[in-house]
Amino acid sequence: MSAPVWPAVLGRFGWQDLPFVLAWQHPTINELIGAGAAAMVVIGAGVVALLLTVTHRWRWLWSEWLTSLDHKKIGIMYIVIAFVMLARALIEANLMRLQQATAINAPGIVAPEHFAELFSTHGSIMIFFMAMPFLTGVINYLVPLQIGARDVAFPLLNAIGLWLTGSGAALMMISLVIGRFSTGGWSGYPPYTEIAFNPGVGPDYWIWAVTLGSIASTLAGINIAVTIYKMRCPGMHLMRMQMFCWTSLCTAILMVFAMPPLTVATALLALDRYLGFHFFTNAAGGNMMNYANLFWMFGHPEVYIVILPAFGIYSEVVSTFSSKELYGYVSLVIATMGIAVLSFTVWLHHFFTMGQSPSINAAFGIATMAIGVPTGVKIYNWIWTMFRGEVRFATPMLYALAFMMTFVLGGLTGIILAFPPLDYVVHNTTFLVAHFHNMLIPGTLYGLIAAYTFWFPKAFGFRLNETWGRIACGCWVIGFYLAFMPLYVLGAAGLARRTQAIDEAAYRPWLYAAELGAVILFCALAALIVQLWVSVRDRHANRVFAGDPWDGRGLEWSVSAPPPEYNFAHLPHVEQRHAFYDDKRRHAPYAPPPHYDAIAMPRNSAVAPVIGIASAIAGFALVWYIWWLAIAGLVAIIATVIARSFVRDTERTIPAAEVEREQALWLHAVDKAHPVPRERELTPANQGLAEVHR
Amino acid sequence: MTPPRALLPVLVASLPLGGCDALRLGIVDHAGPVAAAQWHLYLIVAAVLVFVAGPVLVLVPLMAWHYRLSNKGDAYRPDWGFSWPLEILVWVPPIGIVIGLAFLLWNTTHALDPYRPLASAEPPLEVQAVALDWKWLFIYPGEGVASVDRLVIPVGRPVHLSLTSGTVMQSLLIPQLAGQVYAMGGMRTQLYIAASRQGVFRGENTQYNGRGFQDQKVAVIATDASRYTRWLAAVRASTPMLDGTALARLTRRSVETRPLAFSRVPPHLFDRVMSVTRTKEGQ
Repeated sequence: MSAPVWPAVLGRFGWQDLPFVLAWQHPTINELIGAGAAAMVVIGAGVVALLLTVTHRWRWLWSEWLTSLDHKKIGIMYIVIAFVMLARALIEANLMRLQQATAINAPGIVAPEHFAELFSTHGSIMIFFMAMPFLTGVINYLVPLQIGARDVAFPLLNAIGLWLTGSGAALMMISLVIGRFSTGGWSGYPPYTEIAFNPGVGPDYWIWAVTLGSIASTLAGINIAVTIYKMRCPGMHLMRMQMFCWTSLCTAILMVFAMPPLTVATALLALDRYLGFHFFTNAAGGNMMNYANLFWMFGHPEVYIVILPAFGIYSEVVSTFSSKELYGYVSLVIATMGIAVLSFTVWLHHFFTMGQSPSINAAFGIATMAIGVPTGVKIYNWIWTMFRGEVRFATPMLYALAFMMTFVLGGLTGIILAFPPLDYVVHNTTFLVAHFHNMLIPGTLYGLIAAYTFWFPKAFGFRLNETWGRIACGCWVIGFYLAFMPLYVLGAAGLARRTQAIDEAAYRPWLYAAELGAVILFCALAALIVQLWVSVRDRHANRVFAGDPWDGRGLEWSVSAPPPEYNFAHLPHVEQRHAFYDDKRRHAPYAPPPHYDAIAMPRNSAVAPVIGIASAIAGFALVWYIWWLAIAGLVAIIATVIARSFVRDTERTIPAAEVEREQALWLHAVDKAHPVPRERELTPANQGLAEVHR
Repeated sequence: MTPPRALLPVLVASLPLGGCDALRLGIVDHAGPVAAAQWHLYLIVAAVLVFVAGPVLVLVPLMAWHYRLSNKGDAYRPDWGFSWPLEILVWVPPIGIVIGLAFLLWNTTHALDPYRPLASAEPPLEVQAVALDWKWLFIYPGEGVASVDRLVIPVGRPVHLSLTSGTVMQSLLIPQLAGQVYAMGGMRTQLYIAASRQGVFRGENTQYNGRGFQDQKVAVIATDASRYTRWLAAVRASTPMLDGTALARLTRRSVETRPLAFSRVPPHLFDRVMSVTRTKEGQ
């Protein structure tokens, strides 16, 4: 760190904290990569701002999106954040692979501490700012539609959660341009992250970004759980809900109970760093083992927070694309709940090597294996769902199949790691890295991209390009195997994770294979971007306004695509599980309701953006010791909350006539649409009206 | 989309490059009783897991392809979604396997507890390992010598390692000899290792601890009793004392370019490192 420029106003900021300055002074590859990344952030933000200005879209952005309390728009904004962060973290992954492939008895391209920043940001982003926003976005979008509700229980809280996630992600991005990020990994273990060993701004960036993300997720969890408990439409008993709603409910419960330990852990670490406390220091009675327990009491349920929604997605996808009822619904509900409960009983397996007694290790190891049972049951449920079905290999189904084949391999290595004596050998090696990527890439990422492909037509009214979708899927699968199977071997050969330079030539072929895999994974993301571009270009040919492109089963398919702001002109009344599917076969699903009513929806609010921006400012100011700005940010948050409590006119009414007009338009389109047989669902013949045999 | 097809490129890419050399650095080429037992356990678990994963790997592609939409010849039961026999089939065998594995896990975790002394006629060699940034200090309290980044042990005799850290948490792993245990500031953890044949084995810190992390490697030299005794004598005769100056140098955040050795270690140095770390912040 360099000399502060103007401490009273700018805290500990100095010119050397700008990567551009460093690259100017020392134009090495390492510094140029840092400056290049910073430039990408600055130029990217500049281009977006310019485009908005040129197209006069600022007002539209503010009133249609940023201040909106519509759960669907909030869901989409969550997913936009997730994709932006996915792109960054995937580039970082590629840099790390390239570094290891080029640093075999050589210096490689990035310096040790830069490499450490890369693995720290990669992990933190992928968990807190890719997986979490993505799944929260999907849940946000779908759950109210699936349970027949017009909105979530707490629309404003929902928006605040989004904005806190956004401000955490913004801190991650700012850390590329100003200062350096933590080198302590995504888990931020003290005492390494304590002020005595890391006095710089890095761990503080990590603390505040993660704290904002964890608070946002707690709020999201409360909101999702209450929405499912209280907002279901008439007749929607818990046991009639879509499987995705069940997994969302379990995820929400896990969020409510598992995120606070993380918030507490980062807050205690902040007390250590800012106010000289000694919770996790070596000296004065501190003990880092408490941190490890707190962190993994969050960290293990977190694994299931990010995987359970994907299990719900796969349940929907496999059932829909097998043209068949989901096998063993009750069994799946029990398995999901079982996983949710057991996920709180296994955290210690993240540190079998901390020196506790063998009986403790064995108890947690057995609990860890036990959680494999309900997980295995789920896989078999999906297999029996395909049994005697009519399986269609659309892109989401390809992801589901790739997931089942790949996830089971990760489960095997999970059982191996559950054996403490085996964990001692491969803990902290790339074997562990391979294992959790083997769970999270098929388990979470494939699921979320399958969801994106599956429900995109619902959200935007046109199907995504199938060819590019398959190319992307192929790249994700092949890239995964190439990138991570070698890491199992390398870990068994003793390669420690987070190693910046390799001193063993024998690792070379495996590192090269992994590097190739990383490139293919990058191509997968590129294919998704091309897919989006091509799909938007060809959108008119692929419209599915009628709303049911896949012969869907849940209520979300019973409305237009995209759905109206109020979701349902008339709240549905369901009498069995997949109500819409049966409606299509036995009743008249597109009959207009007897009468239309005016609908009250939450009015737009600037509260969430203000709180989000103020918290990002406060977080940034705390990182840099700019105390006046931190106080200003906190005061702004509190003042906003108080001011909001005086706002009484929080709803606006959509007149019955407008509802009727929109519905008539849609019902007319349904009337005109040609029903599509399943064989032709991937062609422009698919207008969103399913051909059903009564 | 199935693993065999997706794995093919891995195999094709790695075979001509002779990728199996890497595994000789790990537990596959075990060189001590602990690692041998761990490898044996691995083989048992892996064999059981074949039966866990096998059905899934067979059934997923089979079901998906057989019941594809274009295959009209087969039964289509869109409303079928439950069967008691299948429920029993998906719940009971996995539970049975987990119960069986649980016994194995409980027993092996106790048998391979890193704190458990190894069966041997000889008393274990006491070695105290101190994790520093970015080096390992090994103190031989009984012999009164110490070494840095090099651990010399006699073949056949168990070694009782006591670990602590003079800095942040670290973890000592010698994959060919045994598993790892964390070394934490102000605390003492233990690890029993033994070598059953002569050789030089890789040891390393696996817990990231700063910019010298990748260089923090240990050469573990297992040698016969006579050469071990000669090494001890040579260290006592010709190396510097581990005095205050030498200690100050070791506790600096740095990487040693070559292994060091010291004669005459101050008494209770390990305990002193523990108590200093407990009271003094930082380096």
